[in-house]
Amino acid sequence: MSAIDENHLHADPGIDGHHPHHPATAAAAGPMQRERARTIFQKGSPGRRAFVCPPLDVPMPDAEELLPKRFRREQPPRLPEVSEPEIVRHYVGISKRNFDLDSGFYPLGSCTMKHNPRLHERAAALPGHARLHPLQDPERAQGALELMFNLQGALAEISGLPHVSLQPSAGSHGELAGVLLTRAYHEDRGETRHKVLTPDTAHGTNPATVTMAGLEVVKLATNPDGGIDLDDLRAKADSDVACLMLTNPNTLGLFDPNIEEIAAIVHGVGATLYYDGANLNAVMGLSRPGDMGFDIVHFNLHKSFTQPHGGGGPGSGPIAVSERIAPFLPRPVVARDGDGSFALDFDREPGSKSIGRLRGFHGNYGCFVRSYAYICSLGADGLKDASEVAVLNANYLLARLREKGVAEHLPLAYGELCMHEFVLSGGPMKRALKIKTLDLAKRLLDFGFHPPTVYFPLLVDEALMIEPTETETKETLDAFADAIAQILAEAAADPEIALGAPYSTPVRRLDEVAAAKRPVIRQALD
Amino acid sequence: MLAAIGVSSVQEIFERQIPEGVRLGRELDLPQGLSEQEVFAHLSQLAARNVSAEDELSFLGAGMYDHYVPALIDMLMERSEFLTPYTPYQPEISQGGLQVMFEYQTAISELTGLPVSNASTYEGPSAVAAAAYLAKLHNSKRRLVISAGLHPHTIETLRTLAHGYGMEVVLVALTTCSAGAAPGSTGGVTDPDAWAGAIDDDTSAAIFAQPNFYGAVEDAAALSAAAKDAGEPVVIAQVDPITLGILQPPGACGVDVAVGEGQPLGNRLDFGGPSFGFFAAREEYLRRMPGRIAGETVDVDGRRGFVLTLQTREQHIRREKATSNICTAQALNALAGVVYLAWLGRRGIVELGELLLSRTHYAREQLAALAGVEKLHEQSVVREFALRLDADVAAVRGRCLAQGVNPGVDVQALSGRDEDRGVLLVAITERRSRADIDRLAEVLGAAVASERQAVPA
Amino acid sequence: MAEASYPEDLLYHPEHDWARIDAADPAVATLGITWYAQDSLGEVVFFDLPAVGASVSKDASYAEVESVKAVSDVIAPLSGEIVEVNEALADDLQKINEDPYGEGWLVKVRIADPAEREQLMDARAYAATLGG
Repeated sequence: MSAIDENHLHADPGIDGHHPHHPATAAAAGPMQRERARTIFQKGSPGRRAFVCPPLDVPMPDAEELLPKRFRREQPPRLPEVSEPEIVRHYVGISKRNFDLDSGFYPLGSCTMKHNPRLHERAAALPGHARLHPLQDPERAQGALELMFNLQGALAEISGLPHVSLQPSAGSHGELAGVLLTRAYHEDRGETRHKVLTPDTAHGTNPATVTMAGLEVVKLATNPDGGIDLDDLRAKADSDVACLMLTNPNTLGLFDPNIEEIAAIVHGVGATLYYDGANLNAVMGLSRPGDMGFDIVHFNLHKSFTQPHGGGGPGSGPIAVSERIAPFLPRPVVARDGDGSFALDFDREPGSKSIGRLRGFHGNYGCFVRSYAYICSLGADGLKDASEVAVLNANYLLARLREKGVAEHLPLAYGELCMHEFVLSGGPMKRALKIKTLDLAKRLLDFGFHPPTVYFPLLVDEALMIEPTETETKETLDAFADAIAQILAEAAADPEIALGAPYSTPVRRLDEVAAAKRPVIRQALD
Repeated sequence: MLAAIGVSSVQEIFERQIPEGVRLGRELDLPQGLSEQEVFAHLSQLAARNVSAEDELSFLGAGMYDHYVPALIDMLMERSEFLTPYTPYQPEISQGGLQVMFEYQTAISELTGLPVSNASTYEGPSAVAAAAYLAKLHNSKRRLVISAGLHPHTIETLRTLAHGYGMEVVLVALTTCSAGAAPGSTGGVTDPDAWAGAIDDDTSAAIFAQPNFYGAVEDAAALSAAAKDAGEPVVIAQVDPITLGILQPPGACGVDVAVGEGQPLGNRLDFGGPSFGFFAAREEYLRRMPGRIAGETVDVDGRRGFVLTLQTREQHIRREKATSNICTAQALNALAGVVYLAWLGRRGIVELGELLLSRTHYAREQLAALAGVEKLHEQSVVREFALRLDADVAAVRGRCLAQGVNPGVDVQALSGRDEDRGVLLVAITERRSRADIDRLAEVLGAAVASERQAVPA
Repeated sequence: MAEASYPEDLLYHPEHDWARIDAADPAVATLGITWYAQDSLGEVVFFDLPAVGASVSKDASYAEVESVKAVSDVIAPLSGEIVEVNEALADDLQKINEDPYGEGWLVKVRIADPAEREQLMDARAYAATLGG
């Protein structure tokens, strides 16, 4: 958002004073809007610089002896030539063309955009954490290993599954670990199973992961209540099924009431049950995947445990598993020795069943520090409170959006109540008001809100997936509900307004077709 | 709020949705919550029990390095506008992040000499595994021929994931300096004959590291050419980005896909993560690339803007046929990377490379002159090199640590391989001055001498 | 082409693909995607031309078409060997949207089994599957 717009976001939907889809909007643009986006490569001047190299304090041997000419780069990479003030202006300037969680409501379904406490940044920046080398001897990294051990223990307790590996770098990486673990478990028993069942509501990462792990996806149908279709499950559960991957509550925001029966069917054919932890924020301290019968869980520390999203990473995707899966966990894990000290257990003995490493070193420790700080801050009582308020907030916002004026255009897709998120269908809105979910989303930008997740899950027509999280106030939820109502009323009078939105943002709708047809993915240089 | 929802308590919302049999019914067995200052004190105490690069003279490397991180990176990474957004799904309000990705892609493309880059992946070793998957999708062949000069973590990661891909990993040994080595051989590099011999028509990818794990500069052009003479593999190089100011870029050496660990570029050590992996390739592999890619376009008013593009490669659209299951990137870490490269600049990256080259050479000569210490190989090195000690490495390191000097990585402890016994890997960043190197030589020399005396041969 | 249309002279496959039997040489068929397919997909941004000489099998995918937010398999309505591909699409993918039955054709195949034609639908039957 431009600096000029920031103070007016909630009050000014961006079109006061002139007709919304009139070219006059360009004249109303703020300074950040008027400047054409120039990259750092288009700034600076030859010879300009920020870096001052430390002095060469050793004898300079013959260049050829140092590095034979044939190995030497002939032309330096064409990096920018800019001063420090230019770098600061440039990046601070473009940062203002971002919307962020610290500036406004971010109800992206399935993403759990909860507040990121600044304490965590301060703690993670302590040199004892930030400048600790990953190959430091374990006895000289006892604080870090203790932190990881404690985090492993907390995640085990929260999930109800006793063994934890912190190694996976993100949720998708945790999923890959989980499917490889399932495969290793079956192979160890002398079985080759090819199929992985995933509901048709699943995140796209689930099927992509299954293919990368060399298995095959079989889709499960959703029943009219939004849960797994048990008949379809029974028909497809056979001895060739390795695993069922499930999110519970699912991507519709619904807790599957048949979960115990689902687990019994899956375990009955010898398959494992995998829990996609994307929606754990609904059930912390209230219900545990381990108690539901799951064998493997991945956590998204950047969702439930408030690692900042960083504009698209980093994340962290630890996994917790049951006893029968434990021998196959990626290594190393942190163990506590008899004397109370902490060690990295690599399990290098012959006959080790570990699937091996998934990446370098021990995982995203910087994320562990933040999430551990979060768990310490909230504690047993606070984690449960967090989930309760997340669910309360979601249901309250849902209730507000079921009021007259909204509900007839954006009905709830499934269910009555919801867990931490819910999915509305924009189908009736599209038919009655001639605007699509995408247009509603774009118009919300003018009201200073980040839109919900749109067009997912795929089985809901014109889906709008809303997750408010526990760190939002009632006032914010009300303001958001009011904005939706206002946009719908506005569309009833003149759909062109939403169809042309947004108006107040640094750029307006972008030509994605042109970007995909003729990809320009780097700055051209002279 | 309860009245609006139509329930009498928050509990009722849960009771109506979660079957009783799977409700926890007790409090989690975790400590109660703490105040902010108590949590900070606890995390400070844990930090104090770690010996960081601040607390000792450290020559640790082997994949992550104690390079200087300029202050402006801290400032920019802490800005809410970069720290707290999600992935840029709404481009109209994410131009900052998208432009950073576009600039980052440009910088990586320039560094590697390859035309296309994604917006980053998790980190180094898994980026190599992602490149192997690209090769599988590209040619459906079954074998991965890899140099033993890859980082042990890369080799282990490749083995883990190759099992999922249904591919076989074939390891090609390095040359040695010992008796029987070819005349003129410096040792320490991928054995060219074994490399060419291992690659056949069923080889999907041929993968090596530049410089390799033991610090040696490989003849990348020769390895690429030999690979393409022997078959049609995708040639993949795991590259150390800090060396690319002075080393031939992979794009100029016949490499098809260059990947690597981005941590040396403006990212802190963080005990191993988060950092970022970079991923660059020739144009023909663009539609097989994993992860996010930002592209340039215009808005309805003709203003320049950026969007996520070529998304049909990705899991949320192509699902089981996606080029990867990766969902997002390491955007914040990649931001640090591109800011660092802008800060170094066109000249700075060369100057820094020359400084590392000279100091590393100096350190290697000083240390190899010590009694009981020899070079593992004679090949050129840039900022890291391997030594063989005529003494127990763990014991030698213990003596050095007691003097406040961490002399480097005990390679066998890292790799678990017998052939790495006695090998010490020493990294030199610009933060280690000549005086620091001289101090290392003094302490290491004394430690090796003491150990050789303590344990007669 | 803004309005739905399903020419009478074509044979249709339920996965929204058409075949036109060459009047001069009935052993050759031209294949493409229907108006409905291109409309559901949106503006085509990528089509990777298959190779001449490749064989296609009825009911199996022989190519993919992509829009910004979707990928669609192109299903062969008839089995055979590809004898020609529409090279003009390399420069102008919009033809697939603008003229799906004309300049937006995809490939020509030499038909392996003329009897397979009997299993395809006529325009009326296909239009009926689209639910009006």
